[in-house]
Amino acid sequence: MIHLYNVTKIYPNGVKALSDVTLSIRKGEFVFLVGPSGAGKTTLVRLIFREELPTRGQVIFNGKNVGRMRMVEVPYLRRRIGMVFQDFRLLPQKTVFENVAFALEVAGSGRRDIRKRVPVILNMVGLAGKAGMYPAQLSGGEQQRVCVARAIVNNPVLIIADEPTGNLDPETSWELMKLLMDINRRGTTVIMATHAWDIVNAMKKRVLALTGGRLIRDEEQGAYCYEA
Amino acid sequence: MKLNIVGYYFREAVQSIWRNSWLSMASIGVVAVSLFILGSSLLLVLNVNSMVGALESRVEINVFIKDKTTPAQIKEMEEGLRSMPDISEVRFISKTQALEEMKEKFGDKKEILSGLEEKNPLPDTFRIKTASIEMVQPLAQQIEGLPQVDQVRYGQNVVEKLVAFGRWVRLAGLVAMILFAIAAVFLIATTTRLSVYARRREIGIMKYLGATNWFVRGPFLLEGMLLGFLGSVLAVMVIYFGYFSLVGTIKVSLLFMLTVTDPGLILPVLEGLVALGLIIGAAGSTISMRKFLMV
Ligand SMILES: Nc1ncnc2c1ncn2[C@@H]1O[C@H](COP(=O)(O)OP(=O)(O)O)[C@@H](O)[C@H]1O
Ligand SMILES: [Mg+2]
Repeated sequence: MIHLYNVTKIYPNGVKALSDVTLSIRKGEFVFLVGPSGAGKTTLVRLIFREELPTRGQVIFNGKNVGRMRMVEVPYLRRRIGMVFQDFRLLPQKTVFENVAFALEVAGSGRRDIRKRVPVILNMVGLAGKAGMYPAQLSGGEQQRVCVARAIVNNPVLIIADEPTGNLDPETSWELMKLLMDINRRGTTVIMATHAWDIVNAMKKRVLALTGGRLIRDEEQGAYCYEA
Repeated sequence: MKLNIVGYYFREAVQSIWRNSWLSMASIGVVAVSLFILGSSLLLVLNVNSMVGALESRVEINVFIKDKTTPAQIKEMEEGLRSMPDISEVRFISKTQALEEMKEKFGDKKEILSGLEEKNPLPDTFRIKTASIEMVQPLAQQIEGLPQVDQVRYGQNVVEKLVAFGRWVRLAGLVAMILFAIAAVFLIATTTRLSVYARRREIGIMKYLGATNWFVRGPFLLEGMLLGFLGSVLAVMVIYFGYFSLVGTIKVSLLFMLTVTDPGLILPVLEGLVALGLIIGAAGSTISMRKFLMV
């Protein structure tokens, strides 16, 4: 589903964030993207999401060259990808329900559709009772689950979570992982960038390891690193 | 589904206007002032044009012919005048006819003129009407150069002043309107830029969620157009009520009349103002969004 061919990304300030990365991710996979801070994980994710363009090489998503995509196609690419962020990025003046509904509004869904779909998703992430609350009234774990709900409400084919547990305590982190596993089991591809070696080691999923912008390891059922 | 989006745009736009209420009011005010100036000068021009039109049919060039001109020469001259393309009517008034006319004007006191029949001092005259009022002056000059012509007279002052006034109003109104419209566009740009700035977080999230650029722009475009619309409605109302109360009070004065009261002529002007308000608003918000909304 996703292919990167010899992708190099050099930012305008000269920083080489990725160098010559080649990899493939199949539909339905659960993939960890690991590496120290500054390794280029976020950059890689941004290339798939068409937030940045590759300096060299190609990024293919569902057979389409993302780097060559016309501007008007980009929104439709993004509707097929759900993003989960470390800092949640919820709108503080909107309720939980409205935050999730926002993803549907943006994609042009009708009101009736929204009223039907949002409660189902909130139920799925275990927030059925908190629909009317504001983000500030929720714990970090709950806020992250709102973010996940918003990411999946449009039925994306791919979920990208960039350090989703970065602001969560270990217990809530595990709840979030269960949720992501659940979503993956329903057929959605998941890419998760993370530092959390304990989670990676316990999950026994495919691991892509980046260091200094290079892909140094790619193994099925891998661990965060051998020494850990 | 489309209706849904429009509803969303409206909610967001009204919210933004409310949040920046002071700047919004300033924008509305400047739009109103610029359109008021444009509208009033348009109405003034409309009236001047209608007055010029009314005078056009009345302004004549009186061509006084030298005393010793023979009837044959006069005949020849008349032919010449008739063949000029800008002349619509030529009437010959002989000395005798001129005297009769004058007697009529004097009415009871026509005895004063008695005895003049023998030694009539009035000249033979051509009365000429032109196709358009702008042609009066150049034609008069041209005719003055003809050999048998003694003198040429026409309502120099009225005509020239009216035409010049119309031209001046048009120009001054246009210049003032353009200046104010530019100010209005930039004020609206500032207002909408504030709301873009206030909602930059939301815009970022919208883009992550796959909003099209038009979806993101929609509320800001609508906000600008709403400001322009409100300003134009204000201007239209002031002009409408102000104009008709002026028509009422000025009717008594004969010097200057607001003769255009036909709604069929005035309504297009007012509609044009509203359309222009919308355009000013759209232009302002487009300027404010141009760099902000690149992905
Ligand atoms: N927008 C940017 N402009 C310039 N340099 C950047 C930008 N984003 C990231 N970088 C640099 O690129 C490198 C990789 O960053 P990033 O992809 O965020 O790594 P990670 O997510 O693994 O921590 C870092 O050296 C970082 O400073
Ligand atoms: Mg990162």
